Amino acid sequence: METTATLRFLDAPASIAAFKHAASEDDIEATASACVDMAPREFAHPTFDIPAINNPVEFLKHQTSVDAKNRIKIQHGTTTLAFKFNHGVIVAVDSRATGGSYIASQTVKKVIEINPYLLGTMAGGAADCSYWERELGRRCRIYELNNKERISVAAASKLLANMVYAYKGMGLSMGTMVTGWDKTGPQLYYVDSDGQRLKADLFSVGSGSTYAYGVLDAGYKPDLTPAEAIDLARRSIFYATYRDAYSGGFVSIYHVKEDGWEFISRTDVNDLYYQYAAEPKPSLAA
Amino acid sequence: MGGNIEHRFSPYTDNGGTTLAIAGEDFCVVAGDTRQSEGYLINARYSPKVYHLKNNAVLATGGMHADGVALVKRIGQNLDWYVHKHEKQMSAPALAQMLSTILYSKRFFPYYVWNTLGGLDENGKGCVFSYDPVGNFEKQHWSCSGSAGHLIQPFLDNQIGHKHQSNVEHHLLPLDQVLKIVKDAFNGATERDIYTGDFVEIFIITKDGVTVQKHDLKKD
Repeated sequence: METTATLRFLDAPASIAAFKHAASEDDIEATASACVDMAPREFAHPTFDIPAINNPVEFLKHQTSVDAKNRIKIQHGTTTLAFKFNHGVIVAVDSRATGGSYIASQTVKKVIEINPYLLGTMAGGAADCSYWERELGRRCRIYELNNKERISVAAASKLLANMVYAYKGMGLSMGTMVTGWDKTGPQLYYVDSDGQRLKADLFSVGSGSTYAYGVLDAGYKPDLTPAEAIDLARRSIFYATYRDAYSGGFVSIYHVKEDGWEFISRTDVNDLYYQYAAEPKPSLAA
Repeated sequence: MGGNIEHRFSPYTDNGGTTLAIAGEDFCVVAGDTRQSEGYLINARYSPKVYHLKNNAVLATGGMHADGVALVKRIGQNLDWYVHKHEKQMSAPALAQMLSTILYSKRFFPYYVWNTLGGLDENGKGCVFSYDPVGNFEKQHWSCSGSAGHLIQPFLDNQIGHKHQSNVEHHLLPLDQVLKIVKDAFNGATERDIYTGDFVEIFIITKDGVTVQKHDLKKD
């Protein structure tokens, strides 16, 4: 007799109905199906309303474009970065959300705490990132219940990539870094709404990423101390907010360690401006 | 004779109007004007877009009136089902997450609505949540959106959040002061935004329930 509860129906809601008909009365599955029947609909795969028109994708693309009459301004814009080093992973982000040229918020939480040992970052459509990373958190929990062990970062990032890949070309906008510490050590993946999934030691994502890369690449090496790494990450985001109008607000920093992530700091970029301005500039000429 | 040709599917219209919400220590204030417009035409002078929900949270909807009505109806049904299932009212933070999920379920055919939700959290503290049309949301202390959102928000940042004021004590304002600021904000917005005016409805949420005030705004 199978004693472990299977939650596989969560991945295929249609099977709930099929299961109910297939199970015979004397069968243990009949009891199982009674339980399965209780599974609330809202825990099944998400479903989405689509306008009943010829080309729904084109409709959404038009409604979110600059020349639409009643434009839907989806909140956008970001600088995020993450890098691996000898003491784990550092994640740093800004906190500005813009709808068109309006600053919708200066206090967005762009590091999404998927669970105590997995972090995701937010760049692109804010709702797309927070919705799908919440859904990822739910699936990671189900994985834990099924397998009695934590999901690897590789598997988690692939769950996310596969979920959004199913909606490729439909207008989702998401550029995220998934990071954590698993059996194989610190891990860092980049996942986006095109379906791309990459593994590397260092990423920066968003409208201010090029500026952040400039600072980050100049100072990065694997044997930075945690304090040095945090300082480098903070400076990289700061200089991105300084040049990229779509980035700003506060710099938030997280450190992923063996026993999970730790929140390090949240600093107003205005305070950093005066702090950095007071420091002597390094002399670069020999 | 050929059939009709659909040139473009344009289901949205912006009916204007402004909404705001401010959280206090043990209260929350949610307000909205009542003008409903389409282009340069004023359709109605009293068409409320701030809704008192059954769980004593208050939802302010801006943007398209019809979508706001449809959304509020759906939320109301979900709140009723929640009571039947759990024999208690949904908390405001739970409603906040549910609203996000509802909005995202129409990610590919969005509700043309900017929501601001106000209520009390599990500890009885005031809380405000603001949304984009597809469900991105954030917990805030104050928020203003709609046609004069960009006019009022910096005023609230300064008066409620004491932003860019030096040598001031940061504290949450008492209710009477918040109400003064709300009235000033809407009177000011009415002077400069053609889509804001007629009346302002102010909902005050405390542990004892929800009360409403209605004040005149200029009708021009």
